[in-house]
Amino acid sequence: MSVQTKAEQTPVPVETITVTIDGIEIEVPKGTLAIRAAEMIGIAIPRFCDHPLLDPAGMCRQCLVEVPDMGNGRGMPKPQTSCTMECAPGMKINTQLTSPVAEKAQRGMLEFLLINHPLDCPICDKGGECPLQNQSLANGDGESRYEGVKRTFPKPVPISAQILLDRERCIMCARCTRFSEQISGDPFIALVERGALQQVGQYAKKPYDSYFSGNVVQICPVGALTSTSYRFVSRPFDLVSTDSTCEHCAGGCQLRVDTRHGVVRRRLAGDAPQVNEEWNCDKGRFAFVSARGEDRLTQPLIREDGELRVASWREAIDAAVAGLAAAGSSVGVLVGGRTPMEDAYGYAKFARAVLGTNNVDFRSRPIGAGEAEFLATRVAGRTVADGVTYGELEAARRVFLVCFEPEDESPLIFLRLRKAVRKKGLQVTAVAPYLSTGSRKLNATLVATLPGTEADAVAGLELGAGDVVLVGERAALAAGTLAAVADSGARFAWIPRRAGDRGAIEAGCLPGLLPGGRPVADATARVDVGAHWGVDSLPGADGLDAVAMLAAAASGQLDALVIGGVELADFADAPAARDAVEKAGFVVSLENRISEVTERADVVFPVAVIEERSGTFLDWEHRPGRVNTVVDLPRAPMTDLRVLAALADALGRPLGVRMASQALAELTELGAWDRPATAKTAAAKQRRAAKAQFPKGERVRLATWRELLDAGRGQDNEAALAATARKPVARVGTELAASLGATDGDLVTVAGPGGSRALPVVVCPEMVGATVWVPTNAPGLSLGDLRVVHGDEVALRLGGGE
Amino acid sequence: MSDTLTPVLTANWGTDKSWTLKAYRAAGGYAAVGKALKQTPAEVTGIVKDSGLRGRGGAGFPTGMKWSFVPQDNPNPKYLVVNADESEPGTCKDIPLLLASPHTLIEGMIISAYAINCHTAFVYIRGEVLHVHRRMQQAVAEAYAAGLLGADILGSGYDLDIIVHAGAGAYICGEETALLDSLEGMRGQPRLRPPFPAVAGLYASPTVINNVESIASVPAIINNGAAWFAGMGTEKSNGMTIYSLSGHVARPGQIEAPMGITLRQLLELTGGVREGHKLKFWTPGGSSTPILTAEHLDVPLDYEGMAGAGTMLGTKALQIFDETTSVVRTTLRWNEFYKHESCGKCTPCREGTWWLVQLLRDFEAGRAVEGDIEKLLDMCDNIGGRSFCALADGAVACVTSAVRYFRSEFEAGYTTPAWELFPYERSALFPVRTKQLVTSGEGADA
Amino acid sequence: MSGHEFQSWFPASGTIDMSDTATNIDETTLAELRQLVARYPQPRSALLPMLHLVQSVDGRISPAGIEACAQILGITTAQVSGVATFYTMYRRRPGGKHHIGVCTTALCAVMGGDAQLDDVSDKLGIEVNETTPDGRFSLERVECNAACDFAPVMTVNWEFMDNMTPEKAEQLLDDLAEDREVTSTRGARITSWREAERVLAGFPDGRADEGPSAGEASLLGTSIAAANGWTAPAPEEAK
Repeated sequence: MSVQTKAEQTPVPVETITVTIDGIEIEVPKGTLAIRAAEMIGIAIPRFCDHPLLDPAGMCRQCLVEVPDMGNGRGMPKPQTSCTMECAPGMKINTQLTSPVAEKAQRGMLEFLLINHPLDCPICDKGGECPLQNQSLANGDGESRYEGVKRTFPKPVPISAQILLDRERCIMCARCTRFSEQISGDPFIALVERGALQQVGQYAKKPYDSYFSGNVVQICPVGALTSTSYRFVSRPFDLVSTDSTCEHCAGGCQLRVDTRHGVVRRRLAGDAPQVNEEWNCDKGRFAFVSARGEDRLTQPLIREDGELRVASWREAIDAAVAGLAAAGSSVGVLVGGRTPMEDAYGYAKFARAVLGTNNVDFRSRPIGAGEAEFLATRVAGRTVADGVTYGELEAARRVFLVCFEPEDESPLIFLRLRKAVRKKGLQVTAVAPYLSTGSRKLNATLVATLPGTEADAVAGLELGAGDVVLVGERAALAAGTLAAVADSGARFAWIPRRAGDRGAIEAGCLPGLLPGGRPVADATARVDVGAHWGVDSLPGADGLDAVAMLAAAASGQLDALVIGGVELADFADAPAARDAVEKAGFVVSLENRISEVTERADVVFPVAVIEERSGTFLDWEHRPGRVNTVVDLPRAPMTDLRVLAALADALGRPLGVRMASQALAELTELGAWDRPATAKTAAAKQRRAAKAQFPKGERVRLATWRELLDAGRGQDNEAALAATARKPVARVGTELAASLGATDGDLVTVAGPGGSRALPVVVCPEMVGATVWVPTNAPGLSLGDLRVVHGDEVALRLGGGE
Repeated sequence: MSDTLTPVLTANWGTDKSWTLKAYRAAGGYAAVGKALKQTPAEVTGIVKDSGLRGRGGAGFPTGMKWSFVPQDNPNPKYLVVNADESEPGTCKDIPLLLASPHTLIEGMIISAYAINCHTAFVYIRGEVLHVHRRMQQAVAEAYAAGLLGADILGSGYDLDIIVHAGAGAYICGEETALLDSLEGMRGQPRLRPPFPAVAGLYASPTVINNVESIASVPAIINNGAAWFAGMGTEKSNGMTIYSLSGHVARPGQIEAPMGITLRQLLELTGGVREGHKLKFWTPGGSSTPILTAEHLDVPLDYEGMAGAGTMLGTKALQIFDETTSVVRTTLRWNEFYKHESCGKCTPCREGTWWLVQLLRDFEAGRAVEGDIEKLLDMCDNIGGRSFCALADGAVACVTSAVRYFRSEFEAGYTTPAWELFPYERSALFPVRTKQLVTSGEGADA
Repeated sequence: MSGHEFQSWFPASGTIDMSDTATNIDETTLAELRQLVARYPQPRSALLPMLHLVQSVDGRISPAGIEACAQILGITTAQVSGVATFYTMYRRRPGGKHHIGVCTTALCAVMGGDAQLDDVSDKLGIEVNETTPDGRFSLERVECNAACDFAPVMTVNWEFMDNMTPEKAEQLLDDLAEDREVTSTRGARITSWREAERVLAGFPDGRADEGPSAGEASLLGTSIAAANGWTAPAPEEAK
């Protein structure tokens, strides 16, 4: 990814000054660095340490220019680094294009940089996209006068399971160490030694396990840093690059996806100043091989004599249609918040217009009371112009995090907040059980809050119009919290976890909401949408939410389920969800890999993985991000939308759309509901496992969230990435630890109605009251299996055994 | 017209237990503090400005002006940091001062800190001088016990703490911004300027960094007045200062004289070059200042005189080398020093000193080839004025000046090893019994 | 092995010795480390003294020492490591009881320092950066130690040994080897490298009053001035 020609994204400042570069007069905002000013008129000054998103360093000295006039009639006696020099009014700057002094200084610098740089370009991953190579060609000498032996080191050094370092290639620009310190706040790498021996290093016992480590590979201007996943995989000039949007969370990161021979080889952070700037997280960068295992579904399956067998498409469609036709409108449609908006739209329309039911819900996760109403009235129908944005976070004075841990749950929000904390004095307050690692890096103030009581904490915050609240989807589990945020008087944004969640709301995948945020309960809205879809009428009865659908299917009140992109372990009560799908009369599954759903389904349709389809993800800001088809196979796998269209055709009630572009056009044409949202949605009832048999142990409150790197299936098959994940632990406060008799590292057992798991304990002095924190989905520990959610009571005892 | 030598800072060095508070007081010490604290900080700064005192650490920046750059409306604390990281090859004046009379520095620090409204001051002493730390630690403790440090100094209402800090082996920490990074517990690498330390220095707060000798000169200025100080020395280089004579001389040592004395005068006073030898080349102010030769014996040793001779006064470290010395060898050894001490931050210094050393080794060993002098000078051109701080400028200064005055010796490096032209044992002060005297450098291993 | 491995010039660079995890750091050391932190306006400023203390306790920068500093200061071990490997006074592995330094920067080298280093190396039977098998001496080539008027110069545990000659050096090493009392020419009675490091960390050893106020060379100017009756002008002269 080129980082060399982009001007800094700053709001248009009032004050500008005029400078002259190579005889060309240019007006630039006050404070503009000379190197940026030159870029504005298309003059590329060579550079290595300079990066527009890092603090100026002036280390590599490559960008020297001559300054014959500082603006006061006097010249600078020595060439100056244009990456550190702010333009002054009337300043004259001569770059290598017009100044022999600058030109020689730059040529000399390249010669110095190359004396100890290996000539291994032909085997270096960076060869072909290497700033050192490129600038040597453009600004350097053809031959070196150096006749000594080059500096060499043992190589490569794995600075983490994911990142490798070839020290002899390093030119000491310190972009990586500055990134780790300034941007992500994980300075587990540092410059060590000094002089000619200086190198990037880490402490041997502490690898560079950062959620953002892949960025250092991308910004390394030479081939010193490479990733395990891409090292020696491809030549840059053999790659085909496609822009896309990341599918892993609701952050909306723009990506550059590189393929060779029709296979994705790597993913890079795209250049999206308004969203992810030029960064992304390691999950978004490295977790793209989950569907490369043997569990990839490529052919339809149907159940015959209790066993799934491969079937033809025609067979499978016939079988699905037979089951669905028999069920009529007694069907539940579950779509997991992982699909692009266009496919979600397909599910919504399929449920309502084809099956004639409002039983459709994207929330394949714990669902809280009041959540649907909040989403209907406070989220649906909003656009990026209405809501909080990344840019607004950067400009905010105070940001409050409620049931939301940005580093784990939306990493680019974390980076943007950290930038604002560092550069603009943003104050962050976390309404949380303890000050997490991420919150510490934000210098956040903790409002220590017992899980489940966040509503009270929010009410006590004294928020004003200039404040911003970021509320995570977990807040739905703490009664009244979403409402408290909505009524707080502050600007707020709801941060869902999955990339498809926000789009699914817009597409009409909540039982009470038609596309565009139209309430099902409103007859006008139904008529409106019905007319648009060309159907006589749309169902008006209340739909069931996801949990209710499962319960109804288990009890025989629903005859069939259509499920796409759902992991049953994600539900609050995973055993109950499995049981429900098992017992359901008829199950149609649309999936790209074998899953707990496909194993229990009657008909399974294979669908495309993310790089094989196109569509749109709406990020948490409501900003659309384009998902582009990256791998264009001759026989493209079916999308969810096409399967649904085929089923609809066969059911005799055509869906009307079969391609993403059609779905988007139809949805766009439909537009958003332009009347006040009426808050009539069926309140979700708490349908939880009875807790008659509470396990033995101290009763404590459960705090939990999903860590960025965990047992999520989207991260499968990338061992190096998994190795950088945080080790699962149970965190307790000092008092609770004492009462348990536990010290750091002791095993404690966390038990819920569904089972128990043992984890090593970490004593966390500021943990609120009798609370234990555990990750939601660590390997071997899905809280859905324990049948508990954030805010529940769990039993905690010392020891690992039963 | 003042006397030829003017001991002020060095006057008490020979007295019994001169490092103790008792002895210092007996010699009139700490009178200046009482005097200064009765005046306003601005008045104190004014006196130092009027005295014409210029920084004694090498750059010669006017001390009083430096103090006046501290923005007093900045709400952050102000800091005074004394640079006692004396490491420039040839320089050896601050260490004896701190050993003999640490209270002179402390008194100077109290006055200087008061002048800039500072309440926490630091002495950053290089680590490799153990006894200096002992003396300084004890002197600070004595000063606290006597009410000269801490709260309400001498009943004036003014508070000051002094922290004695040990470096750990890094020449670059003598560069003031690298010193600040080091004092903040980081790698001692220079910082970008602007912001300048006076505005955002230690802990991003206004900070004055002064050399030991500069601050130690302050009490005498307060005691005797600005005019007294300005009356010594030359027009633009005022006052007395310590010259450090070392190398092939009859009597090396510290000599305090008015600014502008000449090397000829100093040599005459001290018995000249070692017996039977004659001056070949010398440094006026440490290895980073371009070398001079016998033709410069009568140039005044002040800022202007040295600038006029194409060099710098620097730290007034006069290293004298006689005719037995190979200038190629000396230049190489200085460059090995710079290579060893290069912090690694910027390209020209890190890679340039690495390369210079290799090339100079070729000259020393007589295996340089035709054209290597031009290559050497061109490399110096690509390093000098291109690096992040002045360290690399020092590295090239000795090379370019050596070639300027002794080009033929470098040309000889195309054919003949330096140790053949200048048998190294002749330069030693004692009979050398070892084999070949080429222990140059630490090989390739940095 | 393919036979095409890169040969490294710097095989062991980039880190302290992680193979030796032994440590003497105990609660007392930790308390003293915290005491150092308390001396400074901002904690991290104490890092250099803290590492001096770690050396005095563990005889080197130990892994446990790095971890203790990082923990107390709330910074990463990589950051501490970066600092510990930057400064030359920090040792990566245990050294001898006495640290012998021979200055070989240009002026000392020319005046005999190079020969001195050879002599000392021969006498001790070790090369630069090595330690004698009996654990008594470590030898290091040191850079200019600000004692050029006493050249050639050696140091023992960072105490000055001025105006060295081969004979003096021989005697010095013999005395140290035999545990005879040795006094620095401008300092105190020689203790040990670890005790010296403790002083540098900021814990005085009570020896400040030992030794002279100045060496002979330091008094060159004042003695000439005295002989000639030269003084600085009196304040009134300037008026």
